[in-house]
Amino acid sequence: MLTYLLRRLGLLGIMLAGLVVITFVVSNVAPSDPAALAAGPDATRDMIATIRHEYGLDQPLPQQFLRYVGDLARLRLGRSIQTGDQVSDDLARYFPATLELVLLSMAFSVIVGVPLGMLAAVRRNRPFDHIVRMLAVSGVALPAFWAALLLQLLFSVRLGWLPTSGQLSVITPPPPAVTGMVMVDALLSGQWAVFVEALQYAILPAFVLALPSLAAIVRVNRAEMIEVLSSDYVTAARAHGVSPFRVIGWLALKNAMLPTLAMIGLRFGWTLGSTVLVETVFDWPGIGLYAVNSAMASDFKPVMGVTLLIGITFMLTNLLIDLAYGWLDPRTRTA
Amino acid sequence: MSELVLPRPQTGIAHRRLRFLLWTFRGSPSTLLGLLLVTVFLVLAAIGPWLVPDPRDATGAMHLAQRLQPPSAAHWFGTDEMGDDIFTRVIIGTRTSLWVGLTITVIAMAIGVPLGIVAGYRGRMLRAVIMRVTDVFLAVPGLVLALAIVAALGPGTLHGVVALSLVWWPGYVRLIEAKALTLRSEPYVEAARTMGAGHWWILGRHILPNCISPLVVKASMDMGLAVLAVASLGFIGLGAKPPAPEWGAMISVARSYMPDQWWYSFFPGLFIFLTVLGFSLLGDGLRDILDPRSARG
Repeated sequence: MLTYLLRRLGLLGIMLAGLVVITFVVSNVAPSDPAALAAGPDATRDMIATIRHEYGLDQPLPQQFLRYVGDLARLRLGRSIQTGDQVSDDLARYFPATLELVLLSMAFSVIVGVPLGMLAAVRRNRPFDHIVRMLAVSGVALPAFWAALLLQLLFSVRLGWLPTSGQLSVITPPPPAVTGMVMVDALLSGQWAVFVEALQYAILPAFVLALPSLAAIVRVNRAEMIEVLSSDYVTAARAHGVSPFRVIGWLALKNAMLPTLAMIGLRFGWTLGSTVLVETVFDWPGIGLYAVNSAMASDFKPVMGVTLLIGITFMLTNLLIDLAYGWLDPRTRTA
Repeated sequence: MSELVLPRPQTGIAHRRLRFLLWTFRGSPSTLLGLLLVTVFLVLAAIGPWLVPDPRDATGAMHLAQRLQPPSAAHWFGTDEMGDDIFTRVIIGTRTSLWVGLTITVIAMAIGVPLGIVAGYRGRMLRAVIMRVTDVFLAVPGLVLALAIVAALGPGTLHGVVALSLVWWPGYVRLIEAKALTLRSEPYVEAARTMGAGHWWILGRHILPNCISPLVVKASMDMGLAVLAVASLGFIGLGAKPPAPEWGAMISVARSYMPDQWWYSFFPGLFIFLTVLGFSLLGDGLRDILDPRSARG
């Protein structure tokens, strides 16, 4: 297990280096004039020239790259033109809201997706299975931003059951910040009413965000369950009179969960990416909305900061999933 | 032994295959639905401009007297804030969306397939390098990286296509590398090699033809997903600019008219949904037909 861990950590290092190279190319090589981009849309020619010199953009690319890596190592991601703050501070401020939303939506897709996939496998080729499969395909095909608008229309405007957008009502004082996640902070300070309100605000965006992951988890879990249910050890357990509930809910599910776990890790990263769409519709104060607002204002540094942060989060999640995988299924350690 | 003549059953097999294909399609309603949707959208893309009442509505004509009207007999999908017929704009937008989706898929394949074959077939050092680079690209959610690239290049449909193509190819490397890796040690490939076949011969006769099925399936699914991604960029405001009739950009504008003028965002979104659904269902069905062993459903 230790060599496996070390090898995975080594890989993570390579991936991080690769990510740094990609973001460097996108921010320093791709634009026709990186200085003009960094200076923002309203900069004068003198300002651009100053920035070109100040950022070392008049130096050769290898030197620029070293400087870029040095800045990253000290968490200096530049300054946001829009907020006027350091991008790293902005990210620290907005990331908890995004993480809260993503965790909530992942929890939802696992809690609903795993049993749905399981039941569809057990009821294979019956009406329930067909309905679940159709829903799973639709979940992938549904444009998140469109689904978000329609759900807002139905549940917020027409029915009035849930708030339209934001993270908390403007008149509700947010709970004292500990983690930055409003729901967690409300629980920590024992403010039940605030927790319930925050949950109401989060339901729609988390649901929309969950749809593609839900679909993916249902599909994988269903396929794996079908395979596992037809394996010899399950037949043997059934022949020994083990109750169907125990066979399906424990013996089979345990093994079907491995690929599902890999899918959960993969979907975590994609869900993080989808926040740029969903947070925009729901005005959710996270890094997705921050990235989109910055991109619209040609404010480039924050966009790169968000890309780096999401990339790193995704890599770390996959590392954790891989380690869990290696722990649960020793065969993968040598693969 | 010169009189030994090998039978040539090619045409018979092709005929049977076709019949088998039709039979399989019949047995799968969801594949048929996918095929139907894809066909309808291809037809709309081809002859859309001749189907609509007035194609000028798609290029920024103004009829302010009839702005923001709900769906009616005259305007099936209602009108937008310029008084343009939304039905017209959505139908004409089909061509842009499919064209852009196809371009992204083809570019991604053109980059990903050769890299995947080299990685899977040649192996060792080159494989390690290609796969690590691929992994890095796969480690950043495509939409976020595309957003960053578009932010660097500036908004617009062309830049959106460039950005999405650049983030789309790694999936093909993964797919083809895995396939080529298993094919490399298949007995018939080993046999060809033993008989002195060159690399190009093996690639052209054995590796590539066997990669076609998974490639077709992935391309079909990706067509839909690329359409969705382009619409997403349009919605964020980094894709096509109004008055270009791009579905995502239309919804982006329609947002500000949302609770009351619901039809404005409803119909473009419905078209995105049905397009993506069509290509996904078709891809799903093609997988069951072309690769029966993977069809566990």
